[in-house]
Amino acid sequence: MKRLPILLLLLLFPLVSSAQTVLNGLIMEENPDGKDMGLSGANVFWLDTSIGTVTDLDGAFSIPYKEEYSKLVISYVGYKTDTLTVSTNKPVKHWLKSNASLDEVVLKSRRKASSRSFIEAQNVINVSSAELLKAACCNLSESFETNPSIDVNFADAITGTRQIKMLGLTSPYTLITTENVPSIRGAAQAYGLSFIPGTWVESIQITKGAGSVVNGFESIAGQINAELQKPTTDDRIFVNAYGAANGRFELNTHLNTNVTEKWSTGLYLHGNMRDEKFDDNNDSFLDMPLARQINVMNRWQYTNGEKGFVSFLNFRYLNDEKQIGQINFDPDTDKGTTNAWGGEIDTQRIDISAKLGYVNPEVPYESMGLQLAYSNHDQESYFGLREYNIVHNSFYGNGLFNSIIGDSRHKFKTGLSATYDDYKELVEDTNYDRTENSVGGFFEYSYDNLSDLTVTAGLRLDVHNLLGTFVTPRIHALYKPWDKSAFRASIGRGKRSANIFTENQGLFSTSRNIVILNTGGEIYGLEPEIAWNYGVSYLQGFDLFGRRADVTLDFYRTDFQNQVVVDWEQTNEVRFYNLKGDSFANSFQIEFNYNVFERFDIRTAYKFYDVETQYASEKLEKPLTPKHRIFGNVSYETSLKTNGAHWKFDATYNWLGEQRFSNNSIRDYSPTVATVNAQVTKVFSSKFELYLGGENITNVKQDNPIVSSDNPFGPNFDTSFVYGPIFGSSYYAGLRFKI
Amino acid sequence: MKKAIAIIVLMFVGTVMVGQNKNAKATLDVDGVCMMCKERIEKAAIKTKGVKSAVWNVETHELSIIYDERKADLAAINQSIADVGHDTKEIKATDEAYNSVHPCCLYRDEDVQKDHN
Repeated sequence: MKRLPILLLLLLFPLVSSAQTVLNGLIMEENPDGKDMGLSGANVFWLDTSIGTVTDLDGAFSIPYKEEYSKLVISYVGYKTDTLTVSTNKPVKHWLKSNASLDEVVLKSRRKASSRSFIEAQNVINVSSAELLKAACCNLSESFETNPSIDVNFADAITGTRQIKMLGLTSPYTLITTENVPSIRGAAQAYGLSFIPGTWVESIQITKGAGSVVNGFESIAGQINAELQKPTTDDRIFVNAYGAANGRFELNTHLNTNVTEKWSTGLYLHGNMRDEKFDDNNDSFLDMPLARQINVMNRWQYTNGEKGFVSFLNFRYLNDEKQIGQINFDPDTDKGTTNAWGGEIDTQRIDISAKLGYVNPEVPYESMGLQLAYSNHDQESYFGLREYNIVHNSFYGNGLFNSIIGDSRHKFKTGLSATYDDYKELVEDTNYDRTENSVGGFFEYSYDNLSDLTVTAGLRLDVHNLLGTFVTPRIHALYKPWDKSAFRASIGRGKRSANIFTENQGLFSTSRNIVILNTGGEIYGLEPEIAWNYGVSYLQGFDLFGRRADVTLDFYRTDFQNQVVVDWEQTNEVRFYNLKGDSFANSFQIEFNYNVFERFDIRTAYKFYDVETQYASEKLEKPLTPKHRIFGNVSYETSLKTNGAHWKFDATYNWLGEQRFSNNSIRDYSPTVATVNAQVTKVFSSKFELYLGGENITNVKQDNPIVSSDNPFGPNFDTSFVYGPIFGSSYYAGLRFKI
Repeated sequence: MKKAIAIIVLMFVGTVMVGQNKNAKATLDVDGVCMMCKERIEKAAIKTKGVKSAVWNVETHELSIIYDERKADLAAINQSIADVGHDTKEIKATDEAYNSVHPCCLYRDEDVQKDHN
C-alpha cells in the first residue's frame, strides 16, 4: 500500500511535465567580457519543423516546446548559425558569435555521448568522440572502459595487453573493422587494438549479435567498427600530450589541410613510450612492459558533391617494440639464456587502403562503393626460451551496390568480395604456413514500412579454399509498437578459422606444452569454427521525474557447432582440439540510463554470463569469465561559458564476480574485484583543455599474478591466471590543443 | 469537372508519351504542419504505385518525389495524398479524409497552425 502513492506520483509526473509547453531563453551577442548583451531580432526555430520565433528587444524569446523537439536553431544575419541540443524545457542562454570572428566553432550545448539507436534494425550502440574522451588513454583497447556492452580485461600478467570480450566471448569472435574494412584479425588479433591510437578514432559503432553480411562471414558475437578522423572534419591542428605516473608517455599530432577544393589530406602522428621499470608487487617481474611505438597515418580525401563522389586513400606505418619479463633481464646478454626470464615483441605493420563511394546525384537512393585494403603484419618475438614469429600478408576487396526495389520501403545491398591471407608462423621449432583465399557474393534486403517495422535479411555465399563453400544467413528485425520503444531480434551464422597461436599468445609466457590433438583438419590440423547467434533486445525510453531515461534488456545466445577448444585444464599443458559436444555462451544484460538533472548523467548495467564448453574431461564453465558483472558510470559537465569553457567530471565503477581458475592448485575461484576510474577535464576554451585522472583509484591488486615467479624456467611457471589489476592505482594528466 | 478533364488529359498524355522517364522528378505542394504529417504524407506518396522515393519538407511544404512515369502519374499521387487527408495544390482532401488525421495535425485550423509557428 505504501508504494501506491509513489506510483500515483510517478503517473502524474508526465502530465505535469507535458503541461509545461514553452521554452524560454535569452540570445546574446558574444563579447569578450561575457556580459549579457541581448540580441533582438534573432531567429529561433526547431530544426525540421515550422515552429519558430524571433527574439524581442532584450534578446528574450519564448517558443512552444514538445518533447520530440531536440534541436534548436538560432540564426541571425551577420552571426554564425548555431544548433543547440535541448533535452528539457529549462531556460536557454546562448551567445551568438559574429561572422567576423575567424573561429569556426559551432557550440553544441549537449550531445549524448553514447546512445543506442531507435531506428536501426541491428542492435547498434554508437560511441561518439565525446564518450571516447572519457577514457583519456590511449588506444582503441581502452576506449571501451566506459561502455557496459564490452568487457575489457588483461590478457596475461606479462604483456599488459588488454583483451576485450563481447557476449562473454573473446575478441576473435567479434569482427573488428576500421571504416568497415576488417582490420584487427589474423596476426593483429592479440595486440591490434593497441595499434589504433585513441585520438585517431572519431566514433565507434558496436553491433551486438550477428552483424550484416556485407562485411563478411567471420563475425559471431558482434561487430565493432571504428570510424577514423577525416581530413575535412578533423581539427586543422590537433595536439594531445599525455603522461602517467606509471611511466607512460604519449604524443599525438594531427595536421589537416585542404590541398585543392576537392582534395584534402591529413597527417596523423602517434608516439608512445614507457622506459621506466616498475615492480610494485616485488615478484621480480615488470608489472607493465617497457614499450615504444611509432605510428604514422596519412589520409587523402577527395570529395565531389556535385558528381556524388567521395574517396579516401590511407597509408599507415607502425613500429611497436615491447620488452617483458624480469626486471633484471637485459636482452643483449640474457636472450636465449636462463640468466633471467624475459622477452621482446617487435611488430611492424604497413596498411594501404582505398575507398571509393558514389551516390547518384539524380537518384539519391542509388549508391556504389568499393573498398580495397592491403596489410603486411610482421611480428618477431620471444618469451623466455620460446620463440614466436608471424608474418601475415592480407588483401581485402569489397564492391557494393545499394538501390531500391520498386520504392524506398524496399532497399537492397548487393556485391562481391574477395579475401587473401597468407600466414607464415614459427612456433618454437615448428613452421606453420597457410594461405587462405575466398571469393563471395552477398545480397541484403531490407524492408521498412515507414512507421513501426524494419526487417533486414541478408545472405552470402562464399567459396573458400580451406573453409569450403558455404552460405551465411543473417536476419534482423526491429518493431516499435509504441512511443520510444524498440524490440529487436536477430539470428545469424558465422564461420572462421582460428589462429590458435596468435589468439592465445599468453600461452608462450607459461611453461605449458602445446598439444594439438587433431590432425585431420586444414588449419593446424583443426576444423573451422562455426556458430549461430540468436538475440532479442528491448529498449524503452521514458520520462522519470520529467527527465529522460531509458532501459535496455538484452539476451543473446551463441551456439557453437564446431569450436577450437582451448583447454587449460591439464597441468603443464594447453591443448587445442575440435569441439565434441556442447559449447555455448548465454549473455543477459540490463542497462539503465538516466539524465538526473541538466548535464548530469548516470549509466548502470548488470550482466550475467553463462559460458560453458564441453572439454575432453568434462563440461565446464569458461575460465576467467565472471558470471556476474556490475557497471556504473556518472558524468557531469558545468554549463558552457561564452568562450566554451567548462568542467567535465567522469567516474566509472566496475565490479566482477568470482571467476573460475583452470587447474589452479591453490584455489578454484578468484575473489571478486571492484575498480574505480575517475577523470576531471578543464576546458579553458574551444582551443585548449587539460585533464587529470586516476585509474584504479582504490588501489585494488591481484596478489601474485604470476605463478611460480621465483622459478620462471621451472615446470609450473604461468602468467595466465589474471582476474584483476596487476598495477595498483595510477594517475595521469594530459592536454589537448586544437585550432 | 475541370479536374476530371485534367486527369483524363494527363492519363492520355501518359499513354501516348514514348521514352518515358523511369526516374522522373517532381515537386508537389502539400499542406501539413508537423513531423506526424510528414510521415503520413510520405507514406501515402510512396504507397502509390510507381513512386520510388518521397521526401516532404515541413517548412516549405514541398514534397520531392522520384517516380516511374510509365507506372505512375502526378494526379494519382496527388489523389493518394488527398485520400489520407492532406490538401495538395491540385486536389483538396475531402472533409472526411481531412478529419481522419490526428487532431494536432488539423492544418486547416488556424489555432493548430499557430501552435506550430
